Amino acid sequence: MDLFEYQARDLLASHGVPVLPGGVAETPDQAEAIAREIGSRVVVKAQVKTGGRGKAGGVKLADDADEARARAQDILGLDIKGHITHRVMVAQASDIAEEYYFSYLLDRANRTFLAMASVEGGMEIEQLAVERPEALARVPVDATVGVDTAKAAEIVDAAGFAPEVRDQVIAIAVQLWDTFAKEDATLVEVNPLAKAPDGTVLALDAKVTLDENAAFRHESHAALEDSASADPLEARAKEKDLNYVKLDGEVGIIGNGAGLVMSTLDVVAYAGEEFGGVKPANFLDIGGGASAEVMANGLEIILSDPAVKSVFVNVFGGITACDAVANGIVSALGILGDEATKPLVVRLDGNNVEEGRRILAEANHPLVTVVDTMDGAARRAAELAAR
Amino acid sequence: MSIFLNENSKVIVQGMTGSEGRKHTQRMLASGTAIVGGVNPKKAGTDVDFEGASVPVFGSVSEAMKETGADVSVIFVPPAGARGAVIEAVDAQIGLAVVITEGIPVHDSTYFWAHAQGGATRIIGPNCPGLISPGRSNAGIIPANITQQGRIGLVSKSGTLTYQMMYELRDIGFSTAIGIGGDPVIGTTHIDALQAFQDDPETEAIVMIGEIGGDAEERAADFIKANVTKPVVGYVAGFTAPEGKTMGHAGAIVSGSAGTAQAKKEALEAAGVRVGKTPSETARLMRELVGA
Repeated sequence: MDLFEYQARDLLASHGVPVLPGGVAETPDQAEAIAREIGSRVVVKAQVKTGGRGKAGGVKLADDADEARARAQDILGLDIKGHITHRVMVAQASDIAEEYYFSYLLDRANRTFLAMASVEGGMEIEQLAVERPEALARVPVDATVGVDTAKAAEIVDAAGFAPEVRDQVIAIAVQLWDTFAKEDATLVEVNPLAKAPDGTVLALDAKVTLDENAAFRHESHAALEDSASADPLEARAKEKDLNYVKLDGEVGIIGNGAGLVMSTLDVVAYAGEEFGGVKPANFLDIGGGASAEVMANGLEIILSDPAVKSVFVNVFGGITACDAVANGIVSALGILGDEATKPLVVRLDGNNVEEGRRILAEANHPLVTVVDTMDGAARRAAELAAR
Repeated sequence: MSIFLNENSKVIVQGMTGSEGRKHTQRMLASGTAIVGGVNPKKAGTDVDFEGASVPVFGSVSEAMKETGADVSVIFVPPAGARGAVIEAVDAQIGLAVVITEGIPVHDSTYFWAHAQGGATRIIGPNCPGLISPGRSNAGIIPANITQQGRIGLVSKSGTLTYQMMYELRDIGFSTAIGIGGDPVIGTTHIDALQAFQDDPETEAIVMIGEIGGDAEERAADFIKANVTKPVVGYVAGFTAPEGKTMGHAGAIVSGSAGTAQAKKEALEAAGVRVGKTPSETARLMRELVGA
């Protein structure tokens, strides 16, 4: 789960990382009030989970509270690369003497954690890594050891921080590790980490990604979820514990197992090329044990998507054999009754496949077509969606 | 031969007394696996009855190994206790730990991976279906009745795509099929399995299944080019996955331009691997290669 900047800032602050005073506002009135409390020049920043806010007009300076209100008025509602701005962060504006970069992240390839630091911050780190790789220190962090003051000093010295900020950055490096480890983050990135003219080092902007698998040991993380801007179908699917991602095509997809469902999306997209570019409408993995209830919940979500023209149910009968899956489909259609209005193409393969197909043939539901192969079924579903 | 698991493997189950553990222990027993014990400190000294078998429960992995000579542990322990369970298996120096559990925090898997370095234990998973050497042994949740013993080796990030491919090529059969798991940090990689299949005289050809996220497939492609002389066919899932969305598996995410299916396909093809557009086409490519 990616956090908004203001959430990341609050999380960092709660682990002792120095940040500037500020708050989050959903209305111009709230922005004005925060600016008044800060009582100096402020920066008003759009809270969207995408880069390039500045260029899109989503970051503005304001000299006083009235101006902060006006800038918030401008920025709230702004569409930044398809992300609508629902909130702004109002923070004390700081003059910047120098900009640095610091992050911890999961290094998948090496199966370890990685600290990255540079005294050349501010710009996109991907750009720095390509253009000036020697300016970016990369120090592996052993998950069983973590980052103490000595390790932090190793990272800070590898990046070549100047003596006058070294101790401050070492302390921040330990606090950022504390955030990374204790919050179960997969990314904690501060860019820029800035030196103010008075020599104080502060985190001015931050990105944090939290591991959703660790939610069971972080009750507070649930509140950080952005349910307001979630896709309504995704939100409903989540309530029903379904693994659903909304996509922009016309063929609704239900399958079992993440890999098979991803594969199903691809096969439908290939088949759709023949029918004017028909595409999959969603990802939905109903898991290994495709019970009738889960099948009904999944079908209900997919059939309520107005973009869906046909549905492809693609199940490999492994642990749950095909006869059970077929019974699941038949009872799901029974549960849905008149709500089921779009054609369903079903492909079953694997254990007890003959019995599964026999059950579907016997039920003889007017909306259901059974096709024996995955490629053939994808083609049929794409064809039905193109009509 | 087979890789990592054979007819002599003695298997214990950590988490055998839970509902998933019990269900799949029954299935493993039914497919002929030598299940010699379960581990649960609270139920040590008791026996669990399965249809046709009684399996003793031990207080720890090391005790179970001492009493039974077990060399494989299959782990069903829920996420909150999984890190401890894997560390226990590693500290007991068991040869193979198969971590089925889905939803383990990545800080925990990164920790137990680091802890296992230099030790005696091969870790498979987490978030994987395990592995099967058909006709010999089955450690995990792969259905045993899809296919038979044969000459193809299969390594995959995905469970159901493993089953699908086993089914497509069921008449030829498999030496070993191994699901390495869909998490960002896993123990055994594509490369480890490719190396083992290359060294296994019974394996004639290899199917490698990948999916979006990370660069494991790209690195496997480099490895194949340099080290694998047996024919390899590949399949990659997730061409239509949007950037920045996790597709079911915690590790299946395209970040910016990194981890795309297209890049993986191109890397594999550059290494001489024939990559199928669909699972069925991949199976057809394998049939052409082995003449079946």
